[in-house]
Amino acid sequence: MLDDEGRAVGPWAEEPKLSFDELREGLEHMVTLRIFDERMLLAQRQQKTSFYMQHLGEEAVSCAFRRALNDGDMNFPTYRQAGLLIAGGYPLLSMMNQIYANAGDPTHGRQLPVLYSAKDHGFFTLSGNLATQVPQAVGWAMASAIAGDTKIAAAWVGDGSTAEGDFYAGMVFASTYRPPVVINVVNNQWAISTFQGIAMGGSETFAHRGLGFGIPSLRVDGNDYLAVYAAARWAADRARNNLGPTLIEHVTYRAGAHSTSDDPSAYRPAGSGSAWPLGDPIARLKQHLIVSGEWSERTHAELIAKVTEHVIETQQKAEAIGTLHSGSRSSKKFMFEGVFEEMTPHLQRQRKEAGF
Amino acid sequence: MNRPTVRREAEAKAPTTTKRMTMIEAIRDAHDVAMAADDRVVVYGEDVGYFGGVFRCTAGLQEKYGPTRCFDAPISEQGIVGTAIGMAAYGLRPVVEIQFADYMYPAYDQLVSEAARLRYRSAGDFTCPLVVRMPVGGGIFGAETHSQSPEALFTHVAGLKTVMPSNPYDAKGLLLAAIEDPDPVIFLEPKRVYNGPFDGHPDRPIVPWKNHRLAEVPTGHYVEPLGKAAVRRPGTAVTVVTYGTMVHVSLAAVSESGIDAEVIDLRTLLPLDLETITQSVQKTGRCVVVHEATLTSGFGAELVALIQRECFYHLEAPIFRVGGWDMPYPHVHEWNYFPGPERVGRALRAVVEAD
Ligand SMILES: Cc1ncc(C[n+]2csc(CCOP(=O)(O)OP(=O)(O)O)c2C)c(N)n1
Repeated sequence: MLDDEGRAVGPWAEEPKLSFDELREGLEHMVTLRIFDERMLLAQRQQKTSFYMQHLGEEAVSCAFRRALNDGDMNFPTYRQAGLLIAGGYPLLSMMNQIYANAGDPTHGRQLPVLYSAKDHGFFTLSGNLATQVPQAVGWAMASAIAGDTKIAAAWVGDGSTAEGDFYAGMVFASTYRPPVVINVVNNQWAISTFQGIAMGGSETFAHRGLGFGIPSLRVDGNDYLAVYAAARWAADRARNNLGPTLIEHVTYRAGAHSTSDDPSAYRPAGSGSAWPLGDPIARLKQHLIVSGEWSERTHAELIAKVTEHVIETQQKAEAIGTLHSGSRSSKKFMFEGVFEEMTPHLQRQRKEAGF
Repeated sequence: MNRPTVRREAEAKAPTTTKRMTMIEAIRDAHDVAMAADDRVVVYGEDVGYFGGVFRCTAGLQEKYGPTRCFDAPISEQGIVGTAIGMAAYGLRPVVEIQFADYMYPAYDQLVSEAARLRYRSAGDFTCPLVVRMPVGGGIFGAETHSQSPEALFTHVAGLKTVMPSNPYDAKGLLLAAIEDPDPVIFLEPKRVYNGPFDGHPDRPIVPWKNHRLAEVPTGHYVEPLGKAAVRRPGTAVTVVTYGTMVHVSLAAVSESGIDAEVIDLRTLLPLDLETITQSVQKTGRCVVVHEATLTSGFGAELVALIQRECFYHLEAPIFRVGGWDMPYPHVHEWNYFPGPERVGRALRAVVEAD
């Protein structure tokens, strides 16, 4: 939708339209996510947490998608969709507490950093096992249909992870029962060191995968905030009107490393990260607002300053509670709790033996 | 359409009448009672809807509750369990059938990495009140892929409860408890005793449940709590700890050997009723553990470890284990694989005669 000058063009630009206020807010969400990433990446380098995964280049996908959802809808995300939380107003402090596994961590220090869980914000608890969430999202949507509810589900999976059997199991169920689900494939072109072609095989696109199942499938410029929103809105409306599932392939580019544990220079052409294939989603939305007369370099600089200050302030609050190796951490008693609703006798015994 | 609701009148009415049922009928009846009482209960699996399941455990449910409450699933075990986890997280109470326990391996990741951990990893944010039913065990000439008893693969996973009834009464009461349980429950149905108790002699026909005390099943709602074992036969000479089909085989072995053994039917493997086992073994001083699953690293190993810890100073002989041999279930030789009353009897004698 956004052309090289930043103008919104083509039929999808017409309807539904976001207001400039909404677009400015969208820009703020993306900027927040990027600055949050920068700070947390640094925190990992300073050993305040064990691990981090950044979104660099992919901010538009989750931030714009979130706009098409209502309260009560449920995302079944993978690890590069923190934008769903940020754009949904989830507290940055809770995210940082989770990353630091401190006493404020909603998951009681049980989960790997960035594997958030926030039911009230429509964010299903993240699993480290790739693609398992796809049939779960479909099942949640089936339940919503069975219950006669209007809530919808959104599944999230990376291009590499579409090779997992769970992806196809989810597609079969989505295709068979036509529940209100949007299946998002985030094609950031890399699965750690493995190029997208390895998972895609002989088909032309990941969107093609949906067609074989009879699932309407879109391929969208994932670095274009407006385009992601338009596609998300179309798919979400379809789901809400009981027209069944949609697959969206978001074509984007992972400009950074896969995680703090890898170095893309070992497997990617030098400089490709900074060449921004598809363009920087933040720069593109910013440009759109500027050519529309709704933004300027000055307001953008102000936004960055404001967000940076907010993120740093929040980080100080989180670090005052604790980080992975210092300060307070979640109580050991949580270790034995929550395996079952009621603690079983064998666990009670083990907890006693462990001394807490 | 209305949101699903729980109607608890069924529960308020204590069952007053009983009916003779096979285990299959009791399981079907448990579904019926649960589905009538609670709109959230949804039942599906391969061939489960229209046909009522290959063992007919869900027959008639689709007709009665409609195709949104009871339906056929694609042949995708990971899809069946995966979607059921999503449904449970939504707030429904899915009961899914894996056609044979041998086919749960494709769904294993969903059970182990997802269902079992949802409550823990989300700190209670999301829960997974799910029942996965599957027929287990051999003795039907199903060869290696229709005969397995994979219970140890579930009890080893933190966050799953594992149940295996041995008779119609328990099957219904335990299944209702499993459906009402707030956590994921693996419900294993020993298919050799679906239609009647079985004394372990392949040359004799299965005795129909007709005249069995435990086929007298209350109509309406009742639960048998998870985690409670039953003493099937009191005795003083040795304790047999077992479950599922092997309860019947062990009882046959006891009567054929003339040894005054106490036979404990675990009914639930996790949580385990260690107290009932301990009381018995401390009384008899001797113990044989019997299961159909392959011996090595089987659930029997867990039982022996716990029993020796609790009863070491009461034991007068080493604890013996009887189980399936460590190989895939062989087709034509399945009765040589199956731990029959003769093998159990041999273990009983060895333990009783040991000084
Ligand atoms: C079942 C499973 N296999 C392997 C991994 C290890 N792993 C973590 S991320 C990843 C690459 C995923 O690539 P993709 O789906 O394209 O998502 P992206 O990281 O590019 O966002 C792998 C192999 C895992 N977490 N789970």
